[in-house]
Amino acid sequence: MNWKRATITTGLILPVIGLLAFGLTTDPKMIDSPLPGKPAPEFALSVFAPGEGQLARNVGDTVRLAAHRGGIVVLNFWASWCLQCRDEHQDLSNAARAYYDKGVRFYGVLYNDQEPFGLKWINEMGGQAYPSLLDPRTRTAIDYGLYGVPETFLVTADGRVAYKHIGPISERLLSQKLDSLLRAGASAP
Amino acid sequence: MMRILTVLTAAAVVLASHPLSAQTPAQRAPAAQPDSALEAMTTRLASELRCPVCQGNSIQDSPSELAQQMRDVIRDQLRSGKTPDEVRAYFVDKYGEWILLAPRAEGLNLIVYLVPFAAVLLGGLVVWRTVRKWTAAPPSSTADTPPG
Amino acid sequence: MTRLLGSYSLVVALGVSIFGAFALMLGARTKRTDLLRSGELALYAVWGLVTVATLSMVYALVAHDFSVKYVAMVGSRATPLFYTVISLWGALEGSILFWIFVLSCLSALVVYQNRHREGTLVPYAGGVLLLISVFFLILLVGPANPFSLVSPLPPDGPGPNPLLQNHPLMAVHPPLLYLGYVGMSVPFAFAIGAVLSGEIENDGWIRLTRRWTLLAWMFLAAAIVAGMWWSYEVLGWGGYWAWDPVENASFIPFLTATAFLHSVMVQERRGFLKLWNLNLIVATFALTILGTFLTRSGVLSSVHAFSEGPIGTYFLAFIAIVLVASFALVAGNSERLKPTGSLDAAVSRESVFLLNNLFLTAFTITVLVGTLFPLVAEAMRGVKISVGEPFFNRMTLPICAALLFLMGVGPALPWRVASREVMRRQLLPPTVGAAIALVVSFVIGVRSPYALAVFAFGAFALTANVREFLDGAAARRRAHGENPPVALARLIGANRRRYGGYIAHLGVLMFTLGVGASSTFRTEREATLRKGETMAIGKFTIRLDEVYSRREPQREVLAAGVTILRNGREVGRMEPRMNFYPTSDQPVPTPAVRSRPAGDLYLNLQAFAQDGSNATLRAIQEPLVPWIWTGGMIVVLGALVSLGGGKRELATVPAKVRVAPSPGHAPVPLEPASLGQASIRQASLEEGAR
Repeated sequence: MNWKRATITTGLILPVIGLLAFGLTTDPKMIDSPLPGKPAPEFALSVFAPGEGQLARNVGDTVRLAAHRGGIVVLNFWASWCLQCRDEHQDLSNAARAYYDKGVRFYGVLYNDQEPFGLKWINEMGGQAYPSLLDPRTRTAIDYGLYGVPETFLVTADGRVAYKHIGPISERLLSQKLDSLLRAGASAP
Repeated sequence: MMRILTVLTAAAVVLASHPLSAQTPAQRAPAAQPDSALEAMTTRLASELRCPVCQGNSIQDSPSELAQQMRDVIRDQLRSGKTPDEVRAYFVDKYGEWILLAPRAEGLNLIVYLVPFAAVLLGGLVVWRTVRKWTAAPPSSTADTPPG
Repeated sequence: MTRLLGSYSLVVALGVSIFGAFALMLGARTKRTDLLRSGELALYAVWGLVTVATLSMVYALVAHDFSVKYVAMVGSRATPLFYTVISLWGALEGSILFWIFVLSCLSALVVYQNRHREGTLVPYAGGVLLLISVFFLILLVGPANPFSLVSPLPPDGPGPNPLLQNHPLMAVHPPLLYLGYVGMSVPFAFAIGAVLSGEIENDGWIRLTRRWTLLAWMFLAAAIVAGMWWSYEVLGWGGYWAWDPVENASFIPFLTATAFLHSVMVQERRGFLKLWNLNLIVATFALTILGTFLTRSGVLSSVHAFSEGPIGTYFLAFIAIVLVASFALVAGNSERLKPTGSLDAAVSRESVFLLNNLFLTAFTITVLVGTLFPLVAEAMRGVKISVGEPFFNRMTLPICAALLFLMGVGPALPWRVASREVMRRQLLPPTVGAAIALVVSFVIGVRSPYALAVFAFGAFALTANVREFLDGAAARRRAHGENPPVALARLIGANRRRYGGYIAHLGVLMFTLGVGASSTFRTEREATLRKGETMAIGKFTIRLDEVYSRREPQREVLAAGVTILRNGREVGRMEPRMNFYPTSDQPVPTPAVRSRPAGDLYLNLQAFAQDGSNATLRAIQEPLVPWIWTGGMIVVLGALVSLGGGKRELATVPAKVRVAPSPGHAPVPLEPASLGQASIRQASLEEGAR
């Protein structure tokens, strides 16, 4: 047995094992979006579900992102056929009501779905506090680099994407993110 | 049973909402082959981009809906005068480098492009030297060298 | 009850394999026959215990015993019996159980087959196989225990993964893959055993190893083709290979095993490449484990990725042990492997085998580096990137072209030395074949230089390999007056190893032609049709008749009834479907395929209107697709023919000399000199041992 050769061989193998070990620490399904930090893609989409109370917008109105400079926008992509969207539905509505007075505006965007099914779903789920918009031919979703639904984007007062969440989002996480954005906005001149 | 029905309806909705299902085939057919150069470039770009919902396939191969709409985006952008590189850049901006099925041949990525050539060249050198050694020298004194 | 039987069998099997591995290793080292005997018994006992555990699981699945964790994971009362049984390998825990079952069967077979062999090679090999078993048994007793108790007892389960229960090929692909993967641990065990026992300096072990490698290689080839076929039939995009990490994982060890099957001939005939061959065997095994790691740990994203879990860490530790221990052992003993022959000329079949190994190795490195590179990029730049189909196609096509060329040159050149005149005579017909193919493919519209190269070199190799059969049979006809079919059959029968190889070459060529034609000449159309409307593709017209749904016990089926017309006449009906399974919110596409030798018509139902008034169909016309599957089967046939030959052939040198055909073209008979002095010296030892 030539121990020198054996040791050299071992030395050559270790980086490969290190690489595989690194592989175990990453999740191939979590693909970082390049959007956070960049200007949020503009959109002009029409309202199909009005929302409730003071949060409501007229059906058929066009919502433009550009019109929201100065306030935080939460954009949630959803679909009636999406099972996970059911889990986050109530949390989103609660947060939308809680943060309305702080100038935060919530919008749902219907993804790969049809208006009647969306309306029926909102009805079955017991209403949606904030308005939902139609995204014909999925253009806005692709602009936002969507992988699937649900996905939620937080847009800052100066129109940048602050945060992207994949999968159902909780009220707690939303409040946490919104609070820190609001604080940052308040401290900045 | 209830669950099956929910899922079935849900899925049916997805499928029914297919943007094409709103069109008649008469409208669709001419749209399919108006400009063969445009179609060829769309197909080419679509085969270079990875489908976000199926992970393995290109958006050309993927039967999924999102892939189909992304093909439409490619076609529209090309039609509006964007160059293929600008279309690629658009998708990289939105989805990150992940979406390119063949990594850009630059920087660190050069490794993956150069290693095969290096393997053939170095291996070829070893094979050449091995054959020369075997044909020339008496066997007892030569070491056994792997050819690659 | 079944649960306890299964789980205790596994625990006991773990203990017994640890004992057996030590007994065999220690017994071989100290030459103590009592230890060797008890180690051997332990190995058989492990086989028995694992068989009991596997049968318990099958019984639990069939009996819908949902108190067993694995049954609760993959079973359901609505699933048909067939799919219930094959769900044994439908998820992680079951597939590891099936893996260890195959491994223990092969281990027992190896040790039983060689029970009278003298020396310590087989005991060491048995010890290595038991150590591998220990790893998989630790998984089964620990993190991947399929027999854990589920409480409270669920009334029903979700059923197997929809993708796996949607097509009967799932009954074929995984077992073949496991036979191929697990089969590679036998040559590995022999290799390690040869180093430990000192038999590495002889050549006897390599012959034992070659047959097992060929067998495992055959299963791996069959598994890869069955996997391609399955994805073609199930995934709905009309393709069969996407260079997905998991596909690559099965392909990489196949490449190294192919390299070994060729280079081992140089070792057997010339006494060269001993260290190289040893490395190929060890690498092949390590790559099968790496492949399993990639499949099971979710390190790389893949359509096929299975569940993640702590199992990845266990696998990593196992890979680390296997890689370090085996390569360090081989490197540490490399000085004992000296070539024992010499080469007569640079231009000879031997050199072609070296080049063949060069390109197969480059192929392996390309696919391996491409598959793992996203991890490198993420580790060094923190960015996720993809390495997919366009990359692999671009990089591997030139290598494929080179390999096809060598596949033609190899059989044409004689061993030892090829004179200028022999070369001209032998290479002229293949060159003419290549030229014809080049012109023909250019005329029918192939323009890509790589595709042209593949078609031309494919024709080159085809001509060279077919000539081997024709010349050989013609020589027999002249010598024995046999009629052509008899001459051909006897020719193959008398030289099974060699002609088995050529048959496999023909299979590869058929496969290549199928892949080349179906990817180059694929046409595709997609349209949304109302009932009664038609769309045209190629010479076919497709008419949508109806859209309907029906309920089957385990799923809901939504189908489009389609009539295929040609020149206005009905030639067939097809039913592309979508199957909805309760566990998935995505429908499983179930394309309809009309397969003819000239090509396939592939219909996938992309979408439908909820009221059934229209359906969106994707129609794909792909020429020569069935040639891919047939080519794969011919490769397997070639391996079977070759497996039948071997030892006996080495003994029948005179017969081969008699067959030696057309003058000047000498498929060099095994004259004693080419066997190498070493093999002659050992012949008495080995043949006596067997």
